[in-house]
Amino acid sequence: MLSRVEKINDFVIRLANVNGSGSASANRIFARSMIRMGIPVGSRNIFPSNIQGLPTWYEVRVSGASHLGRRGGYDMMVAMNPQTWDKDVAGIDAGGYLFYDSTKPLPSSKFRDDITVVGMPLTEICNQQYSDPRQRQLFKNIMYVGALGALLGIDTEASEALIKELYKGKDKLIAPNMEALHIGRDYALEHLKGAIGLKVKRADAVGDRILIEGNAAAALGCVYGGATVAAWYPITPSTSVAEAFAGYCKRLRAGEDGNKYAIVQAEDELAAIGVVIGAGWNGARAFTATSGPGISLMQEFIGLAYFAEIPTVLIDVQRGGPSTGMPTRTQQSDLLVAAFASHGDTRHVLLFPADPKEAFEMSAQALDLADRLQTPIFVMTDLDIGMNEWLVDPLKWDDRKKMDRGKVMSFEDLEAGKDFGRYLDVDGDGIPFRTYPGTHPEKGAYFTRGTSRDRYAKYTEEGAVYVDNMERLLKKFETAKSLVPPPAKTDAPKATRYGAIYFGSTTAAMDEAILALNEKNILLDRLRIRAYPFNDTVIDFIKSHDRVYVVEQNRDAQLKTLLLDTGKVDPQKLVSVLHYDGNPITARFIVNDISLKHGLEKPLKESVA
Amino acid sequence: MTWITKPKLHHPKLPANALGFTRRDYEGSVSTLCAGCGHDSISAAIIQACFEIDLPPHRLAKLSGIGCSSKTPTYFLGQSHGFNSVHGRMPSVLTGANLANRDLVYMGISGDGDSASIGLGQFAHCIRRGVNMVYIVENNGVYGLTKGQFSATADKGSKSKKGAGNPDSPMDLVSLALIAGASFVGRSFSGDKKQLVELIKAAIAHKGAAFLDVLSPCVAFNNHVGSTKSFDYVREHNEAVNALEFIEGKEEIILDHDPGTTVNVTQHDGSVLRLKKLAEDHDPTDRASVMNFIQRHNARGEIVTGLLYVEADSEDLQDRLGVTKRPLNSLSDADLCPGSTALEKINAGLR
Repeated sequence: MLSRVEKINDFVIRLANVNGSGSASANRIFARSMIRMGIPVGSRNIFPSNIQGLPTWYEVRVSGASHLGRRGGYDMMVAMNPQTWDKDVAGIDAGGYLFYDSTKPLPSSKFRDDITVVGMPLTEICNQQYSDPRQRQLFKNIMYVGALGALLGIDTEASEALIKELYKGKDKLIAPNMEALHIGRDYALEHLKGAIGLKVKRADAVGDRILIEGNAAAALGCVYGGATVAAWYPITPSTSVAEAFAGYCKRLRAGEDGNKYAIVQAEDELAAIGVVIGAGWNGARAFTATSGPGISLMQEFIGLAYFAEIPTVLIDVQRGGPSTGMPTRTQQSDLLVAAFASHGDTRHVLLFPADPKEAFEMSAQALDLADRLQTPIFVMTDLDIGMNEWLVDPLKWDDRKKMDRGKVMSFEDLEAGKDFGRYLDVDGDGIPFRTYPGTHPEKGAYFTRGTSRDRYAKYTEEGAVYVDNMERLLKKFETAKSLVPPPAKTDAPKATRYGAIYFGSTTAAMDEAILALNEKNILLDRLRIRAYPFNDTVIDFIKSHDRVYVVEQNRDAQLKTLLLDTGKVDPQKLVSVLHYDGNPITARFIVNDISLKHGLEKPLKESVA
Repeated sequence: MTWITKPKLHHPKLPANALGFTRRDYEGSVSTLCAGCGHDSISAAIIQACFEIDLPPHRLAKLSGIGCSSKTPTYFLGQSHGFNSVHGRMPSVLTGANLANRDLVYMGISGDGDSASIGLGQFAHCIRRGVNMVYIVENNGVYGLTKGQFSATADKGSKSKKGAGNPDSPMDLVSLALIAGASFVGRSFSGDKKQLVELIKAAIAHKGAAFLDVLSPCVAFNNHVGSTKSFDYVREHNEAVNALEFIEGKEEIILDHDPGTTVNVTQHDGSVLRLKKLAEDHDPTDRASVMNFIQRHNARGEIVTGLLYVEADSEDLQDRLGVTKRPLNSLSDADLCPGSTALEKINAGLR
């Protein structure tokens, strides 16, 4: 007897579509309908670098317990793309379900006998219903949403409300979409009753959470953080940061006396970062949004901003590298190129948001840090965070918060005769004062250059003076440790000698994995890193455990490399868990890999740190 | 400070401008360029122009790329902030600086290597955007700091100091600027200070991208026989199209007695450019005919100088973007942060 996965509010459905076929909005209605029923849902687009005709998938994680990272595997496949049929069917968890368009009969070899197959003649129904080919395609999507709703027990009212919201302003589209939804639903109610064991049940687990993409959230963070200048060059997956910034500015920063912002779509990434640096030099808050290839192009300029000490914010929405790599797939593989961007000795501050909410907060904070530290600040998000809608707590802003403009000498300071040395460390924190151009007729002007200079900004190639400046820059980096977001530590239920370190978009899968590991009696204290340079608690965490798994989404263990670079940790203690196939890491992957490494490798002796 | 301070003592009778500054107050540190370098003459012309238009020195920001020309901002306007950025990228840095504070005057100093080779893209795009700036290329056809390689503006067939001929066609920056939409285009010669000072004054008053290609012979590497950028060659082939007189808006404008030979162009800020025509067939307000004019003279091996093109009612990048008149770098928390109430509304729209 065929076993069937029977689950309520806890499953994964994957929909396979062809891109450009209009499936995206239908799939969103499907996922959002369940959220409207109070059930947490995480949804991810897995899409090609293409506009029309290539395979695309939409993965819907339904989790009453709010595990909204990728779980791994899927309980049901909605197979709408013949091109990917074989792989799509092969990937279904045993006992799972295949929903497909049964208009055209398929040989039994195309199916599996350990899954439940649910066929619906979608094309046939559409062809009867509509004569226009485009309508046949578009309404097929909404029709399967109706059918899935009936199979899973989704409230029709929720889907109907979403259709109305989606087509608000294009009202004539509402009625036909409603009709298609009901045709699908009615068919399933009549012919497919009880066909699947996956069910949703109204819950109260969503609360006041919002659905937002990380790119939009980062853009909003830049608005709240006071950015007035944005310069960018189109590149997947960061383009929507700039576009969202433009949208929010239009809504929130336009006025009768003109726009309180300026956005330049530059001719390339070099110009984009140049504009940001020029604006930062002249006292405006500025940022760029880009991805790996852009960061590669910006290297020389980033070195200038580091050495000449110019506030600069870069939002790096990481994708699969190297080279053009996988433009529409996710990775955490720009850590090293960002941390050490430029020729010569440099070190840069990196922030690691875990989700769109933190992308909002950290983008705003990055603008403060850039002014305070007078250096480039990278907000290291990725495609998974940036281009997927995440269910997160509402964004919050404390109205008492003011922009920290850092150490800037005013006209009054200069007039009062304060000693101004552009590269003079007056407070012992490595951070000098600066002046904005045009401040004072006689005092405070200086020459900014990428060449070596003394504490009063005078050009010099004298070795000792150069070293003095480079050492001060290191001191400033040390100061950064206490200013960047500290790591977040969560202890295992019982004392343990093992730990795990992770960051960014891995967090959601990690939170789920840790529960499964607990069940396997692999107890891990965990530390989520939120910034580089590492706060001392990161080093203490490693020191206080015998073995620490470092989980990251790249091939070369880049976070581990940065940890080892501190020179304060024993390399033997750090065991890498690496996932870098371009799809977001899954909880199952983490559980499997850590279980394997935990079992096969004997715990190391207490090492001499 | 960053420059070698020159003694401030000067002749008590040195004339002062309306701000009470003498010409010396517009100087920078002592030049470290080769003796006789054309670039130093350009710095002197910038100093003279800023002095004559009573520009408060600290209200100008000077930006440059890399190369001999890009070193020169240290040698003028010592009370101005300066930024010696990276090779070929002055235009983007200046664009950002301009966006941050529209109230300053922006002077971008570049060279032919900086703007016609590595920075050709940024040159064209900042002109195209109409960034409000004076863009000066100190054009000597040669890489000086790396000792004498041809630059992209070197004429085909011109000889290097070592005798090699240049096989490539030259980039004509004036023509490129016109194609890219520059609203002010001039060409001058470092050896013609009178013409250059007037052009710089007019360019500062101009709103938008004002481009000046200034031929500036390199005495060390490109001043020999066979070079088309030497002092002698440029003097021989210089064809001035007009004689410019820059008149600040506040002065009364007296009608010219001979309208047939004089063109008056009133710029955005009220300043008047009075152009005494030297070439009959040159109309500085008609872009297409100017391009045609330049090509014809280029073909004859003539170097046309003067104010070649000007658009009177020009606009700049900030106008095009609809940016507030208040400098963006002066906006406060209240101006910029929409606050928690607005955020709650945004949250509500995302459920």
